[in-house]
Amino acid sequence: MPATEASPKTKLSRQQYLDLYYYMRLNREVEDTMTLLFRQNKIVGGLYSSLGQEAVSTGSAYALEKKDWMAPMIRNIGALLVKGVPPRDIFTQHMAKYTSPTKGKDGTSHFGDLENLHIVSPISMLGDLIPVLTGVAMAGRYLGQKIVAMTWIGDGGSSTGVFHEGLNLAASQKAAFVLILENNQWAYSTPVRRQVPIENLADRAKAYGISSYIVDGNDPVAVYLTAKEAVDRARAGEGPILIEAKTFRRRGHAQHDPAEYVPAEQREYWEKRDPITLYERFLTAEKILDARGKKEIEDKITALLEKDREFALNSPMPPAEFAAAGVYCTGDDCHKIRPKWERPISEVTPPKSSVDPVWIVEGFGRGKTSSRENAPIHFGDTQPATEEPARNGKSPSKPAAKPPARKPAPAKPADRGKARR
Amino acid sequence: MAPITFLEAIRQAMFEEMAADPSVVLIGEDVGVYGGAFKTSEGLLEKFGWERVIDTPISESAIIGAACGMSYLGLRPIAEMQFIDFIACCFNQLTNFVAKGHYLWNAPAPIVVRGPSGGGVHGGPFHSANPEMYFLHTPGMKIVYPSTPSDAKGLLKASIRDNNPVLFFEHKFLYRRIKEEIPAGDYTVPLGKAVVRREGKHLTILSYAAMMHTSLEAAEALAKEGIEAEVIDLRTLMPLDEETILQSIRKTNKCLVVHEDTKTGGISGEIAAILFEKAFHDLDGPVLRVASLDTPVPYAPTLEEAFLPNAQKIFAAARDLAKF
Ligand SMILES: Cc1ncc(C[n+]2csc(CCOP(=O)(O)OP(=O)(O)O)c2C)c(N)n1
Ligand SMILES: [Mg+2]
Repeated sequence: MPATEASPKTKLSRQQYLDLYYYMRLNREVEDTMTLLFRQNKIVGGLYSSLGQEAVSTGSAYALEKKDWMAPMIRNIGALLVKGVPPRDIFTQHMAKYTSPTKGKDGTSHFGDLENLHIVSPISMLGDLIPVLTGVAMAGRYLGQKIVAMTWIGDGGSSTGVFHEGLNLAASQKAAFVLILENNQWAYSTPVRRQVPIENLADRAKAYGISSYIVDGNDPVAVYLTAKEAVDRARAGEGPILIEAKTFRRRGHAQHDPAEYVPAEQREYWEKRDPITLYERFLTAEKILDARGKKEIEDKITALLEKDREFALNSPMPPAEFAAAGVYCTGDDCHKIRPKWERPISEVTPPKSSVDPVWIVEGFGRGKTSSRENAPIHFGDTQPATEEPARNGKSPSKPAAKPPARKPAPAKPADRGKARR
Repeated sequence: MAPITFLEAIRQAMFEEMAADPSVVLIGEDVGVYGGAFKTSEGLLEKFGWERVIDTPISESAIIGAACGMSYLGLRPIAEMQFIDFIACCFNQLTNFVAKGHYLWNAPAPIVVRGPSGGGVHGGPFHSANPEMYFLHTPGMKIVYPSTPSDAKGLLKASIRDNNPVLFFEHKFLYRRIKEEIPAGDYTVPLGKAVVRREGKHLTILSYAAMMHTSLEAAEALAKEGIEAEVIDLRTLMPLDEETILQSIRKTNKCLVVHEDTKTGGISGEIAAILFEKAFHDLDGPVLRVASLDTPVPYAPTLEEAFLPNAQKIFAAARDLAKF
């Protein structure tokens, strides 16, 4: 299946156009605020920028419904905002404050909200979210929730082993999973051509037998329409979908990196294609946004960020004794997640659960299963079980059955039985 | 009730937990139609269907990742490693994603990762692993390594119900070599509780899994020499039942740790450190270790025999220790 462009050139509602604009602006302003905080030494660790990539995060996350799940990567602050995370969580998190979602135990965008917003926290290891979100989609289907799971991956991260394992599992499970491959041309200092010897990373979808799209990652409307179509198709049971969004990382890998390795012409080309500038031009031409509307949005963002920034600055650091807390979940109230069944439980419990699968692999499950007890097993069947019951085997805490001792190797190799491999 | 094998105990635990709780699912390679390479999931597909008994591609990282994701929606997946050796392939998912979730995000992943481990069956260097210590060093996971069918069943049920990720190792040497009558009905064995398998007063042997049986055998031989060894089955390595260990050492004042895992970095070193910290004045001799050689697990029977601890090696070490 070759990568396609999203077919419907449907118009968005006025509100949707403005939402996209608001979130892109918010995305950029949040990051600009953090850049200032970083320079003031208020950010504890590194700071990553998604400057120029706001349309990808915003447009794709905007295609999700409230009940859907997502896991952002480090440059998807915009997706967090669209899904409903307040800027103050992002500020406190970067500043390692006790009021942050991880209470100072991790930084950056490494936090989630399983119960309300349905956000899985990313970890640094690139690609790991792909099977995790596949599992989310599988569980959602099992519970009858009709949800879609979405995550993002970089051009660089698309070469990890777990990208392959995860996407292949999603494909073989027909999971309702959408993967946004954010091709910003660089993985740290390595250009995409050096990482992957193919023109379009969307072509990787072919290897999994799944559909894919290529979209202009600097056009929020195109990203949204493509993601929406993919989300709808995944929800309808078509299986996972890969979207390659072509864009550009305008800053270095993180604040410390001046990115001098980026050729000047490439930088110039993309500087002219700033997603917010282009979108503003479009909205103005379409008469969706005027100077007054723009000012209203800016004022709203300024007020919000000022309030949230203050909150973060005034928040305490976690107390030292908190370092030792919470490695294990102890007691029942630290695990509050209960499955939300949206189908009759009887469908998945015997005797109904032995029904046929929703999609059928020819011949699968139709053959004979092997017989119990004496079916041959790997290695373990070299000696028959002793027939004697345990001497004191009544209670689990009493001394138990004794296996034959491991005697020195017998002389005849024939005695070793038929170990199988 | 008729005695059952270790294998059957595992199967019963999964079967009963799946029957009792629809949030319990099984995911792994060849666990469905084939019933697992060791037949531990025999009959589960027929009963619980394709949505709950999930055959996957050969992708250990994806199995753990998916199990973790499923747990975020309230499921309690059991993830099977066809052989525990392959757990190395998903080391990252386990140690970085699964283990850190509760500490960082208050999001425990109540998954059980289980599979056949251990040597003594000529599985060679890639089908004989005892991987417990890779994971003991990672805060956030519990580690269970039972030695008897009744414990295997009770501990697996407790592991499935536990809210933390649990690594559950099944020594494949024991799968069909022992049978035991198990308690009737639903029961669990709590994680973190060791058990005294044999009482004695001259020294304490700490062990678990297949080596527990070998230790008992050595203890019988020691008894004939007038040395009464107390044999303790640790059952879970995380949490480790320090109380039971310390109680025994206060009585016998001597400790020998026996494990099939290789010696350097094995749990015996950790236990020795705990004893020095908490029972220094109770010790009348060195903490000794009998463990496998610091090599990969060799294939040839003569080599594997030399590699593994056995009753004679335990006997010799215990006799030396008793002299102090
Ligand atoms: C598995 C893994 N290896 C290495 C790293 C270190 N690292 C962090 S980001 C990065 C570059 C990622 O490039 P890409 O996936 O294209 O994402 P981008 O930074 O462009 O958004 C590297 C090498 C990592 N986080 N994970
Ligand atoms: Mg990149």
